[in-house]
Amino acid sequence: MSGPPRTDEAEGAQRALGREPLDGAAAPIVARGLVKRYGDVLAVDRVDLTVRAGDVYGYLGPNGAGKTTSMRMLLGLIRPDAGSVRLFGRDPLTEGARALEGVAGFVEAPRFYPYLSGRKNLEMMAAYDGGDARTRIDAALETVDLADRARHKAGGYSHGMRQRLGIAAALLRAPRLLILDEPATGLDPAGMRDMRALIRRLADGGMTVLLSSHQLAEVEELCDRVAIVRGGAVVYEGGLDELRAAAGGGYLLRTTDDALAARVCRAQPGVEDVAIEPGGITLRASEADAGRLSIALVEAGIGILALVPRTATLEDLFFELTEGPGDVLPRDTMEVVVSASGPRKLGPSDDVT
Amino acid sequence: MTGIAVAYRWELRKLAAQKRTYLGLAGMALLPLIFTVTVAIDGGNVEGSIFGRVSETGLTTPLILLFFGSAFLFPLTAALVAGDIVATEDHHGTLKTILTRSIDRGAVFGAKALAAITYGLVSLLVFAAVAVAAGVAAWGLHPLTSLSGTEIAVPRALALIAAALAAYLIPLITVASIALVLSTVARNSAAAVVGTLLIVVLMQIVAGIPGTEAVQPYLLPDQFDAWQGLLRDPIDWAPIWHATWVSLLYAVPCLVAAAAVFRRRDVAGG
Repeated sequence: MSGPPRTDEAEGAQRALGREPLDGAAAPIVARGLVKRYGDVLAVDRVDLTVRAGDVYGYLGPNGAGKTTSMRMLLGLIRPDAGSVRLFGRDPLTEGARALEGVAGFVEAPRFYPYLSGRKNLEMMAAYDGGDARTRIDAALETVDLADRARHKAGGYSHGMRQRLGIAAALLRAPRLLILDEPATGLDPAGMRDMRALIRRLADGGMTVLLSSHQLAEVEELCDRVAIVRGGAVVYEGGLDELRAAAGGGYLLRTTDDALAARVCRAQPGVEDVAIEPGGITLRASEADAGRLSIALVEAGIGILALVPRTATLEDLFFELTEGPGDVLPRDTMEVVVSASGPRKLGPSDDVT
Repeated sequence: MTGIAVAYRWELRKLAAQKRTYLGLAGMALLPLIFTVTVAIDGGNVEGSIFGRVSETGLTTPLILLFFGSAFLFPLTAALVAGDIVATEDHHGTLKTILTRSIDRGAVFGAKALAAITYGLVSLLVFAAVAVAAGVAAWGLHPLTSLSGTEIAVPRALALIAAALAAYLIPLITVASIALVLSTVARNSAAAVVGTLLIVVLMQIVAGIPGTEAVQPYLLPDQFDAWQGLLRDPIDWAPIWHATWVSLLYAVPCLVAAAAVFRRRDVAGG
């Protein structure tokens, strides 16, 4: 290629905007500093997101945390008060529909024209999409198991059928990026299972998926990376495994003399957060320090009944990150996440002093 | 097909799939039928019409009804669809459905505006077709008496009726434009329809207040009557041209504002 060599700085700027160097593909989603206010309510607070090709990315948070507003901004439905979005390097606000090429999905419950049949709704969307979208209608209906009901008016569809029709509408676009806002919400257990299986199948086929949810089992089952939001701000972004690992390092100790054992623990280098609880002693230590602690306990004449690593579930981590007093995270939680991440610790926790 | 053509086609299909569309059209068809049957039962002896005796020719029927319906009935019909065409998307939460496809907001809005205008045109055509058919069935196809008292041959009278409807369509598009901007801003069909009628009624009232003669030529009621210039002998084009530019004076800002709001608005509901 001719022309001046690209500097690191220039490449950095390109990456920051989701535009990878010319020899690489742009990331499916890069959002930086998204802010949205409704009057005095700060719905989304400086949200950064990076969804890489092939990710099944969970966007987790309690109701009202700003997930849907963020997703609407990603799709260009809402204008952010500040910040930018790039979908495969394109800005949906300035490039309009062109920025949504290869992108599909829905926010909140998918909605359709109730006086048109399911098929007519899809025909309309295929016409809007152009190209060969129309040829995918039958396959999309088959995929979501709606072929038999396609000629019925969408107004008579159940919530689960509308959710599935929403997926079918997304599939018409043969997307490389699928954005789904709580797709299993309101479904019965069988419907939830089927929806997860469908998403898994699509992801296994190479589709990048951004999935917002407050259903932890769903995220745990489907996602490899997550962002956790609280009060409009992202409080964690990174891999699920990294998050679990960061919250790991805890042990439960049961001994023949817990009071004496607690004293030994507190005196042992590398052992922290020692607390006597009804089920035994809880503490934090690395594996090596736990090994040294066990020797020290035996040397002190204390019998070890159990020394069990405590693995945090996503649910534990979620509540740790999204609940707590006031608008900031507990300090210890923040430290866990910061030490965790390698990923990043973002949002209000940055302001904790 | 371009984006706007695709969207326009689907806007028409959506209108065709909704019962409310046919309510308006049914009203437009029923009006001349009820009028004709009622007058025919009375022996066709309606006096005082600006076009002479109703029973002289069936061609009088559409013109008399246009005269009486131009102030409220036809604006109401136009507002019913134009006031609903954007707001109903808010109501159903379907804006997010179409605005996340491969079509620009401008094309979607343009298609909606065209569909609303098309509905106004179709409703006038339905009205005119039924009125002519019913009038001719009741009183025959005879020459029409012009507003100047001269006789107009049947072919020319039919052409003038079509021209009168086209002339009336211009202020009717203005009504649709007002309804469209209210539909886009208010996001509520009822508010948009009622708001539009309120504006029309307010102008009627203002036009009736003594001392407002200076502004009357610039209010919509005057434009609603401009088509009558075509029924004079010779044709008086002045009110037609005046109505055209005055109507555009209202319609263009409304359409530009509605398009601007639609293109930039947050789609947060649904």
